[in-house]
Amino acid sequence: MSEPRNTKIMNRFDLTRRLVGKLAHEEAVVAGIGNTNFDLWAAGRRKQNFYMLGSMGLAVPIALGVALAQPRRQIVALEGDGSLLMQLGALATVAMLRPKNLTIIVMDNCVYQITGGQPTATALAADVAAIARGAGLSQSLWAVDEEDFERLVERALAEDGPWLIAARIDAAPAVATTERDPARIRDRFMRGLGVRA
Amino acid sequence: MGEPWHEIMREVLKRNDVRLVTYVPDNVLRPLIDGLGGDPFFTAFATTREEEALGIVAGAWMGGMRGVVLMQTSGFATLANVLASLAVPFQIPVLMVVSERGTLGEFNLGQALVCRTMRPILDAIGIESHTITRLDELAFITDRSIKQAVATQSSAALILSPLLTGGKVFAE
Repeated sequence: MSEPRNTKIMNRFDLTRRLVGKLAHEEAVVAGIGNTNFDLWAAGRRKQNFYMLGSMGLAVPIALGVALAQPRRQIVALEGDGSLLMQLGALATVAMLRPKNLTIIVMDNCVYQITGGQPTATALAADVAAIARGAGLSQSLWAVDEEDFERLVERALAEDGPWLIAARIDAAPAVATTERDPARIRDRFMRGLGVRA
Repeated sequence: MGEPWHEIMREVLKRNDVRLVTYVPDNVLRPLIDGLGGDPFFTAFATTREEEALGIVAGAWMGGMRGVVLMQTSGFATLANVLASLAVPFQIPVLMVVSERGTLGEFNLGQALVCRTMRPILDAIGIESHTITRLDELAFITDRSIKQAVATQSSAALILSPLLTGGKVFAE
């Protein structure tokens, strides 16, 4: 169980591409606002991706809802540190329900990047994985480096969850911007999940 | 006496295949929460905030499962942003049941004030709402509101008046 200060500072787009590269079974990915979902968009078009536009902090609850509705599909919530801090109670709810098919990935760059780089509480004190463990998510780990991140993702997709994987990332901007058409995003996602033909 | 309001509502939810129930507890809603929690048809649990409850139901809808969010008036007041940025623009039909406090004998000034924000917020973002005051109208309004929400991919709010539920009264 490594601590955040001993982990390599990685890159969000690179990690997102590595995550997407591990998704072979139409796993759903729910990505939080801003750079988190911009880099998911840039990592390749997948029908099973949901891109939030607003509702900061709700990636984990939305992913939990999908996980409850589709227990045989693996669901990934992609969230930033600022967004996660806004809705910490959601971690306790996930821990209470223990969905086997939910993995939370937190990209922690210690700043509110999209609003000008103001430090978040993780810059000085808060430890995302420790908070999650305290909320009851015992399988909460820091990824030490890129290879470790890939191993943890493989394990989370193969073994019973819930999981939380935290990764320290740099402050590089996202490499693209998600198309902002909410009805289309939602409709494509529902078709990707087989809810609509 | 016929069936109480909470049993009628539970039956109408079931009839419309609304299986997921997320809530922030409320004393007036307690018999409904107890009834849903004790019925294996439903998956019912408390969340830490109303926003979270709404996000879960929104996600479940996209995954093919219908849900409902239960809350009281003051909880609704925390939802303007997520209704305006998630439920409405993404056209996700989130069904909300709100136990109305702040009127008809309210004893807490804060509840009375926050109650006045509810209908203007619903109207401003174009969410249809019905205030249910009568037992004989409860099943019809609930059933038709669920069907319309699903058919039009629009959220709906059912406000349970103290005239229906008895509300919360000041303990002398």
